[in-house]
Amino acid sequence: MSTATVSHPRLQSRLGGWAARLGRLTWPVRICAVLLVLVGLGAVFAPWLEPYDPTDGDLSNTLVAMSGAHWLGTDAGGHDTFSQLLAGGRTSLLGPLGVVLFSTVFGALVGLFSAWRGGWVDALIGRVLDVMFAFPSLLLAILAVALFGKGLGAPVVAMAIAYMPYTARLVRSLTAQEKTRPYIAAYRVQGHSPAFIALRRLLPAVGPTILAQSTVNFGYALLDLAALSFLGLGVQPPTPDWGAMINQSQAAVLEGQPLSAVLPAVLVVVVVVAVTVIGEHFGDRLAGREAKA
Amino acid sequence: MWLRRVGAMALTLLVTSFLVFSSLYLAPGDPVAFLVKGRSPSPDQLAAIRHEYGFDKPFPVRYWDWLTGMLHGDFGQSYQLHASVASVIGSRLPSTLLLVGLSTVLIVVFGVGLGIFGALRKGKGVVVLVTVGAAVPSFTAAIVLRSVFGVRLGWFPTVGTGSGFGDELHHMVLPAVALTITFMALVTRVTRASMLEELGREHVEVVTSRGLSRSTVIRRHVLRNALGPVVTVSGLLISGLLVSTAIVESAFGMNGVGSLLVTSVDHMDFPVVQAIVLLVVATFVVVNTVVDLVYPLIDPRVRAA
Repeated sequence: MSTATVSHPRLQSRLGGWAARLGRLTWPVRICAVLLVLVGLGAVFAPWLEPYDPTDGDLSNTLVAMSGAHWLGTDAGGHDTFSQLLAGGRTSLLGPLGVVLFSTVFGALVGLFSAWRGGWVDALIGRVLDVMFAFPSLLLAILAVALFGKGLGAPVVAMAIAYMPYTARLVRSLTAQEKTRPYIAAYRVQGHSPAFIALRRLLPAVGPTILAQSTVNFGYALLDLAALSFLGLGVQPPTPDWGAMINQSQAAVLEGQPLSAVLPAVLVVVVVVAVTVIGEHFGDRLAGREAKA
Repeated sequence: MWLRRVGAMALTLLVTSFLVFSSLYLAPGDPVAFLVKGRSPSPDQLAAIRHEYGFDKPFPVRYWDWLTGMLHGDFGQSYQLHASVASVIGSRLPSTLLLVGLSTVLIVVFGVGLGIFGALRKGKGVVVLVTVGAAVPSFTAAIVLRSVFGVRLGWFPTVGTGSGFGDELHHMVLPAVALTITFMALVTRVTRASMLEELGREHVEVVTSRGLSRSTVIRRHVLRNALGPVVTVSGLLISGLLVSTAIVESAFGMNGVGSLLVTSVDHMDFPVVQAIVLLVVATFVVVNTVVDLVYPLIDPRVRAA
C-alpha cells in the first residue's frame, strides 16, 4: 500500500519532533517523568524484581528495620515492604488508569455530543451533569462498595462515573469554541458527515487539552482509590496495595514503628505530585499556545 | 433570580434523593435479601423490613413514603445498632461538626493567607507548597502527624474523641490538621491565581498612580475583587471535605458520622449508608445554592450581568 512508503519519513519527522520537545522540558518535569517511569516499570516487572513474595508473611521477621536482607524493612505481618511496594503499584496504578480511561472516553463523547447538537440536548445534558457533580467521587465509590461489595471493580466504575462530568464539561466548552472556527465550516461545505467532522477533525484538535486534564485526574483518582483501600473498603489483603498497606500498618505507627506505613504514604504523594506537575505543564503550555493563536 | 435558584435546588435535591433511593435496586438480587445480607433475621424481622421498606407497595409509593418520612426526620432503622438512623447520626453529628468547623477555619485562614502571600511575593515557594500540599491525602497526613506529634513527641493524643470541651478540642487538633492540608492547598492556589489576575488590572494601576498606599490598594481594590472565585471554589470543596471526615475519623479512631459511614458499609447497614450519602449530597447542593445567591453581595458586577 502507498501509506507504508509515506509513513516512513512522517515517522522520522515525528521522532525528531519528540526529541526536540524532550529538549524543551523543564527540569522538574524531567525529574517527575523519570520518577513515574521508574514506578511504572517497578509495577510492571514486580514479579521479577521483588526479592520476596509480597503476600508471604514471615512472622519471625516482623517490623524489621532497613537492612541488607530487607531493604525497606518489613511490616507487622512480616511482609517485605520493598516487595509489597512493587507489587502494590500494580493495583494502585491500574485502578486510576481504569477510572481515567473510562471517564475520558465517555466524558469526551458526552461533551462532544452536547456541544455539537446544542439547543435543548445541550441544556438537558448540562442539568444532568450538574446533578452528577453533587456526588463526590469517594462518596460514590463508597456507595458502590455498599451495593456491590469490596474490591476494585465496583469503585473503579463508580469513580469513572463521578469523574466523567469534569471531562464532559471541559470537552463541551472546548468543542463549543472550536465549532465556530472556519475550518469546521469548510468541512461542512465540502459535505463531510457531522460524525466525521466531530470525531476525526474536531476531537483531535481538542484532544491534547483533554489528555492534560485526564493526566491530572489520574492523580486525584489514585488518591481516592488509595483512600478507599485505606478505609478497608477497596483492594483486600493479601493482595498488595499502597492504601491497604498503610491501613495494615496503623497499629505499628502507634508502637513507634512507622516505616511500613510512611513509605507507601509518601510514595502515593510522590506519584501524585509527579502526575500533577506533568499534567499541568502540558495543560499550561497548550493554554499558552491557544492564547497566542 | 432567587426563586429560580431555589426552585433549581429543590429539583436537584429531589433528583438526588431519587437516585440514592433507587440505588438500592441496583444491587444484585432481591432488595430485601440484600438488606438483610450478613444477618439471619427471624420471619418477624423480615416481615418488619418488608413493611418498613414497603415492598408490598408499588415503587413510586415506596419512594414517596421514604421521601416524606425523611422530611419528617424519619430515616428508618439501623440494622447493626438497633436504633433509628436519625438518632445514630444525631449522636455522632456534634463531633463531626466540630471537626469540620475547626478544619474550615484553618482552611480559610491559612488558605487565603498563604494565597495572598504567594501572590505578593515573587518566589516559587508557595507554588511548590501548593502542588505538594494538594497531593497529600488526609490518610498520609494522619499517619505522619500521629507518628511525629502523637507518638514521637507526645504532644497530642493519637486516638479517640475525648471528654469535656477542652479535652475534645485537644483530641481534635491533629485530625483537623490532617483534614485541612489538601483543601488548604486548593484554596491557596485559587486565591493566589485570582489575586495575581486582579493585580494586573488597569484599575489597580490607576489607584496606585493616584498615590494610595500599597496596603489600601491590596485590601480595597485587589483582595475584595479577588475573593469571588475563592468563595465559589470553597463551596465546591465542601462535599470533598465532608467525605474526607470518613478517612480522618477512621484514622484517628473517632466516633463521628464519617467513621459511622465506613463501619456501616462494613456491616452492610444500608439504611445508615443511604442517609449519610443523602446528607452529604444535600449539604453540597444547599451550600452551593447559598453561595450562588450570596455571590452578588460580594461582587455586584454579577447582578448586572
